[in-house]
Amino acid sequence: MKDDLAEKVLKGDIRAIARFISLAENNDPAAAQSMKKIHPHTGKAHVIGITGVMGSGKSTLICELTRLYRKMGKKVGIVAVDPTSPFSGGALLGDRIRMMELAMDKDVFIRSLGTRGMLGGLTSAVYDVVEIFDASGKDIIFVETVGVGQAEVDIVKIADTTLVVVVPGLGDSIQTLKAGVMEIADVYVVNKADRPGVEQTMAEVENLVDIACADKDRETPVLQTVAKEKRGIKELVDEINKHRKYLEKTKEFDKQRRMRYEAELVEIIKKRLMSFIFDESTFKEKIEKLLDQISRKEVDPYTAAEEILGKILK
Amino acid sequence: MTHKIRVLVAKPGLDGHDRGAKIVARALRDAGMEVVYTGLHQTADMIVEAAMQEDVDVIGLSLLSGAHMTLFVDVARLMKKKGLDDVLLVGGGIIPEGDVPKLKKEGIAGIFGPGTHCEEIVDFIRKNVKK
Repeated sequence: MKDDLAEKVLKGDIRAIARFISLAENNDPAAAQSMKKIHPHTGKAHVIGITGVMGSGKSTLICELTRLYRKMGKKVGIVAVDPTSPFSGGALLGDRIRMMELAMDKDVFIRSLGTRGMLGGLTSAVYDVVEIFDASGKDIIFVETVGVGQAEVDIVKIADTTLVVVVPGLGDSIQTLKAGVMEIADVYVVNKADRPGVEQTMAEVENLVDIACADKDRETPVLQTVAKEKRGIKELVDEINKHRKYLEKTKEFDKQRRMRYEAELVEIIKKRLMSFIFDESTFKEKIEKLLDQISRKEVDPYTAAEEILGKILK
Repeated sequence: MTHKIRVLVAKPGLDGHDRGAKIVARALRDAGMEVVYTGLHQTADMIVEAAMQEDVDVIGLSLLSGAHMTLFVDVARLMKKKGLDDVLLVGGGIIPEGDVPKLKKEGIAGIFGPGTHCEEIVDFIRKNVKK
């Protein structure tokens, strides 16, 4: 089956796509082979990243946006990331709960992933999932990050358009988020805009935009939505499409894609190198020995690292 | 290469008692599994479709309304129809003992009633997972 996995994915076969994603997640060598085959068929989809604090309504927003894109005849892939427990290695992936209405649509593919040790709000397999969805013919790909704090900004490396979702009632905490998450938006979404305090939140975000975009040719729009009541969704889709056109007009699009491939390349090399050093038996013994020596203060960690790297770089 | 056991936990049918499902989901997570929780009011079609997309190794159903003979069996049959032979199916809830043999015959490999220890479910899944 693994031989024609790539071909089946290109035809949009659901089980093949699902299997392929698992292989990629598990770093199976078969996944790498198939990834090579699908790469020429990728690059058409619009990748939309959605990030924001826990409970800001990211999943619900994706559900509503997807319904609208489906009405426009677009095929949609959704990859939703939730945190993996650092203690058990397990995860509770609950983003599907908010997307129940999409469950029976054959042209919507939803996949939930655990972070599996990655920081930054995503998991390293996300790059693969985006490529797989793209090759399988999806027009729109949503990437939902874990509920973020301030610094989980990996989403910008993958998404063509990044939405940052905020909600009223976070007080003036937005001010403290000036660096990090609040810098990465292509579109700001103030969700749950029927809640008290929305004016203050709007003012704070708009103020932020004024300062940040003072010397840029595009001002980051700030939109209000009430995802649960399907309010503001049409306007949001319009802004997302406008951003895509802006990217294409200014050649930013190619630059951004190149950035994604760079991030993916780094991720692949990092993964391979780490597993080469830490999983191969030849190094395991050496590392154990060095760790003993470091503990006994016979060697310092820097010298030990140089010794290990020296063996590879020879 | 690392394979984690992936489990879909779903509540078919109309009852809204999801505490048991949530406790089991949490126990499976604590046992190092990745649990996709789909929530209430699922149809057999929704459950099997989600299981395919999520490429899970196990489907766990929870039902307290008494409709297990219909809904558990619906899921089992649809799984067979869709070729999910390599996915383990288990169920829990208020299931009379007399129904258990029939359910097992339909392909629900494990049935767990009230009072079951979470470790028992974890062990059963680890021992019986097919992939």
